Amino acid sequence: MLEKGAIAPDFELNATPDQKIKLKDFKGKNVILAFYPADWSPVCSDQMALYNEMLKYFSKYDAQIFGVSVDSVWCHVAFEENRKLHFPLLADFEPKGAVSKAYGVYDEEVGESKRALFVIDKEGKIAWSYLSPIAVNPGADGILEALEELSKK
Amino acid sequence: MSTLKPEINDQDHIQGDDSASITIVEFGDYQCPFCGDAYPIMKEIEETFGHQIRFVFRHFPLANAHEYAFPAAIAAEAAALQGKFWDMHDALYENQYRLNADLFDELAETIGLDLEQFQKDSASEEIRTKIEDNFDSGMRSGVNGTPSFYVNGTKFDGGATDLYQMLKESTE
Repeated sequence: MLEKGAIAPDFELNATPDQKIKLKDFKGKNVILAFYPADWSPVCSDQMALYNEMLKYFSKYDAQIFGVSVDSVWCHVAFEENRKLHFPLLADFEPKGAVSKAYGVYDEEVGESKRALFVIDKEGKIAWSYLSPIAVNPGADGILEALEELSKK
Repeated sequence: MSTLKPEINDQDHIQGDDSASITIVEFGDYQCPFCGDAYPIMKEIEETFGHQIRFVFRHFPLANAHEYAFPAAIAAEAAALQGKFWDMHDALYENQYRLNADLFDELAETIGLDLEQFQKDSASEEIRTKIEDNFDSGMRSGVNGTPSFYVNGTKFDGGATDLYQMLKESTE
């Protein structure tokens, strides 16, 4: 898993069937990457639903959040609609898990991303990373602390 | 290990003795079905462990997922201004199955609030800020879903039933 200080590998992933997100387009902004195993986990404890409630707090720190899993764009679209998510979910679908692998958070055995968080600073460097046990939703306190730290610089 | 931030203070709604050895903080959402399930168990915990327990509730409304979560939190805070936070808290969970926009005034009357004052307070900016402060506290304390519990300031990894079990074992 990539650690603090590493250059965040660039990527280009679909957020919707016709919209691609390039990490390098977000230079000058803080970026939160939340890798997670799969769409459609139970509602109230769902990590993406939780972050969805926190978007205005993230934007206070000039941060954009992306969820990343190996689900396809169509699956993401349906999941976003169902949960009324207001931030992009990226499809690490083809070649499968390539970005997750580049960040060192791909689980080869189950073929899914691990549950991992990265905060990337405005220059594209990893400022904080965290690997959570797969069954544990890590919440947002670590993300907020990392963003707070960056805002002091 | 995630800890409660900020610590319990005079803004909190607290039930039970200040001298209690165990303080439980719940971050909850009035529309969350899991919080609804936890409600009777929390009551049972308070009854079973009596003076040993102090219970604090902070709001963590998942407003995008649950359309009445934030309005319900407002109703509880507006009731608090008339000294009836816990009455409204209980009424909201007991009527969670029929939660809707008209329920709040009805419950306010049932628990004996001054309705006009309740409606006026429900529109106040201060109450919104207080609920948002609670949410902020939850984020910083590592809340990762509702309900989330803290025991003596440390995040408890489990639901209300696990909490009951843990308390039973630790007080035996």
